[in-house]
Amino acid sequence: MRAAIVVFPGSNRERDMALACRRAFGEEPLHVWHRETTLPDVDFLALPGGFSYGDYLRPGAIAARAPIMDAIRAHAAAGKPVLGVCNGFQILIEAGLLEGALLRNANLKFVCRETTLVCGTGNSPFTRAMQAGVTRMRTPVAHHDGGYFVTPDQQKMLEDQDRIAFRYADGDNPNGSTADIAGVLNAGRNVLGLMPHPENATDPLAGGEDGLALFTSLLEAA
Amino acid sequence: MKAQVAIRLRPDVLDPQGKAIGQALQTLGFSGVDNVRQGKLIELDVDAADAASAKAAVEQMCARLLANPVIEDYEIEIEG
Repeated sequence: MRAAIVVFPGSNRERDMALACRRAFGEEPLHVWHRETTLPDVDFLALPGGFSYGDYLRPGAIAARAPIMDAIRAHAAAGKPVLGVCNGFQILIEAGLLEGALLRNANLKFVCRETTLVCGTGNSPFTRAMQAGVTRMRTPVAHHDGGYFVTPDQQKMLEDQDRIAFRYADGDNPNGSTADIAGVLNAGRNVLGLMPHPENATDPLAGGEDGLALFTSLLEAA
Repeated sequence: MKAQVAIRLRPDVLDPQGKAIGQALQTLGFSGVDNVRQGKLIELDVDAADAASAKAAVEQMCARLLANPVIEDYEIEIEG
């Protein structure tokens, strides 16, 4: 599994993402700077967490207009997997690769703790080893703008198309997200964005490795 | 040409920041304050022949970057 991590000014979880890739794939991922206009020939792209451009204008808004974005769009359009975590999720939404918006947390507080996620669909390259409604992942969150917002029409569309990859478990919604939605897929099911950090749950030393399944699932999909 | 873009959260979007501001106003003793909403104002100089073309340019900027149509409405004002 050849992986690349796209780095923007203000990304800060790219090393965590690299550790997860190394652990899951047994290979060192490449790093791609946002000023590039082409991507190396890779199977999997990850947009890591952080605070690109200091969250100016809207979180992810400036990064989503970076020179590398057209290449990321092309990678996604080719059906290859793209994962956006936290700020990476915000960037994918701002780039129009995923629906919805991410708002300031409902309680206005930066939230940094573990959450329990429930898999919403096993039908994606990231979740094929998981069972909808059954598989749970203990996964940390760390964000200030993670309230997932969709209109009722968009929510219905996501549900009808089985595109809600993860929800926060009952009573564990940390940010006021619509319908407890923690992560969503694009229509092609190969782009996944989520606020929690599966890459930070890939080592027992760091509290658990529930998140590893999301990465190893890609190996089986490839 | 000077342009101003007022960006507001759409009415159906929860605005926790506006809510917190409203609560702080109440704490200060301002009674009868309700529905506080926080937005942003972006000012820019645009090199354009006339107000209409300046507005058209800023309209493009709003659509492509300045506003997020999923959650925000905007109003453009061209001065002079």
